[in-house]
Amino acid sequence: MKRAAFGHIGFPILLLLPQLAIIAIFFYWPAAYAVESSFYLQDPFGFGETFVGFDNYTRLTNSTNYINALNFTVVFTLLVTFFSLGIALLLAVKADKVIRGAKTYRTLLMWVYAIAPPVAGLIGVMLFDQSRGTITQVLASFGYDFRLGVNYWDTAAAMITVSVWKQIPVNFIFFLSGLQAIPRSVREAAMIDNRSGTSRFWDITFPLLAPTGFFLLIINITYSLFDTFGIVDTIVKGEPGNNPLTLVYRVYVDGFRGGDLGGSSAQSVVLMILVLILTIVQFRFLERRIHYT
Amino acid sequence: MADITQTRVQATTRTTTRKRIRWDHIADHAILIAGALLMLVPVYMVFATSSWDPITIHREGMQFGFGDRLAENYDAALFEYGGFTDSVNGMTMLANSLILGLGFAIGKIIVGMMAAYAIVYFRLKFATLAFWMIFTTLLLPLEVRILPSYEVISWMNLGNTYTGLIVPLIASATATFFFRQFFRSVPEELIEAARIDGAGPVKFFIDILVPLSKTMIAAMFIIMFVFGWNQYLWPTLITTDESLFTLVRGIRQIVQSYADGSETPDYGQAAALAIIAMTPPVLIVVFFQSWFVKGLTESDK
Repeated sequence: MKRAAFGHIGFPILLLLPQLAIIAIFFYWPAAYAVESSFYLQDPFGFGETFVGFDNYTRLTNSTNYINALNFTVVFTLLVTFFSLGIALLLAVKADKVIRGAKTYRTLLMWVYAIAPPVAGLIGVMLFDQSRGTITQVLASFGYDFRLGVNYWDTAAAMITVSVWKQIPVNFIFFLSGLQAIPRSVREAAMIDNRSGTSRFWDITFPLLAPTGFFLLIINITYSLFDTFGIVDTIVKGEPGNNPLTLVYRVYVDGFRGGDLGGSSAQSVVLMILVLILTIVQFRFLERRIHYT
Repeated sequence: MADITQTRVQATTRTTTRKRIRWDHIADHAILIAGALLMLVPVYMVFATSSWDPITIHREGMQFGFGDRLAENYDAALFEYGGFTDSVNGMTMLANSLILGLGFAIGKIIVGMMAAYAIVYFRLKFATLAFWMIFTTLLLPLEVRILPSYEVISWMNLGNTYTGLIVPLIASATATFFFRQFFRSVPEELIEAARIDGAGPVKFFIDILVPLSKTMIAAMFIIMFVFGWNQYLWPTLITTDESLFTLVRGIRQIVQSYADGSETPDYGQAAALAIIAMTPPVLIVVFFQSWFVKGLTESDK
């Protein structure tokens, strides 16, 4: 709040009203509803519901489908985060270094940000298609039979590749702006002290980029958990079957296809808790980040 | 003699260092070009494929060169009616995507700016409480509470309406948070001066704060427009009426026709539709690059 703030009462409430009304109806209500229905079991034919306590949650721990999705999500998140951060960091360091064509490279490396996840997924389907896919044909010439939608790990590989591809631009933009924020004086001092580019990177640049990296780590985990829904959905062509699925996709499949409101809500609540933990971690770190800058 | 040798030695070292540096540069450029190609080639292939007839694509997969069906495929993708009810074509979906992108971006900016103004510039007792209530929404993305949100929308009879499509997406506070940060950085002298001159809160907001926030609004608009345009899960659930489909939602239909395999899907048209779906957001990001980068790096903090 500003020191010389206005003293009105009615007007600011009027200003806040739209925002508060929207979040009350479309955020707090559904969120509370999710928590509530996670304790109930719905009759599949729509005849009321019964309170079942934590049954929906214990049901999750016994469900092979859910445990599989959980395991896959962990592997998926780790791989997507690792590869998209690694490739983006390499590209950002190089883009920061070159003088000629720097702007062109920047544009060429970030425009994919604007492509929607399901469109990226469709490109993936076309590239990895079991019989006609370009990459499938390349792999076949090496003697590997890539079977999208049939082989679990082949499908997972396609999903991970597309998700990494789609996420490189965001990481690239943040790394590049992080690199450009390193003061000139620091760079010049490092140049004088340390002539080897590689060790200069690990001793000076990398620690200074750590705050950006940590922030991006959280962003990438959230991306892998939630924003990849469109990619997963297009790659499995809307058919869960025996395909690898992420936790969010499970929420959708159980809730909308299976009509299991209670189980799906319990999964939502588990995800909410997960996100809360991530946010707390992020905040503790953000306080530290202020010290850096 | 000694002098000459020395200069020669110096000269050779100089040329070798120069050579070494040049190799370095070549490696840097090679990596960057490889990265740029990694981003470009898949999309280029979709574009090239969109110019072929379905039989060639069905037999050979994606294409590198251009065929002769470019105009026909785009014409069909945009103007030929399809879907189960034959009530939707590319133009309808394009219009719906625009409505979603614009409605979402504009709605979010207006609602967010108003709330941020109230929080930063007024002495409100519950300002902190309001801020935390709004702030909590940043924590849980729509995907997490998707089923209950859907239930709430159907209970309110908002399924298959633009309101049901757009408003629930606005229920997160990124814009409020962004503008709050910006308003706090606006010098305090401005409001002091405005008050001495007798400007009320409405006048101050419209005549001073909004013009001052122009760049911020532009940056936010680009991010939000792309975000809204690219929405998938929510439109998939909330619009079952084909005349409300967005382009990104339409992609799902294409993929499902791939999965069904009952008839040879028109791959060329599908590729054309994918290109149409990505062109507007890509152009915006490329042309308004500096605003886009500003909006992205400053809104996520």
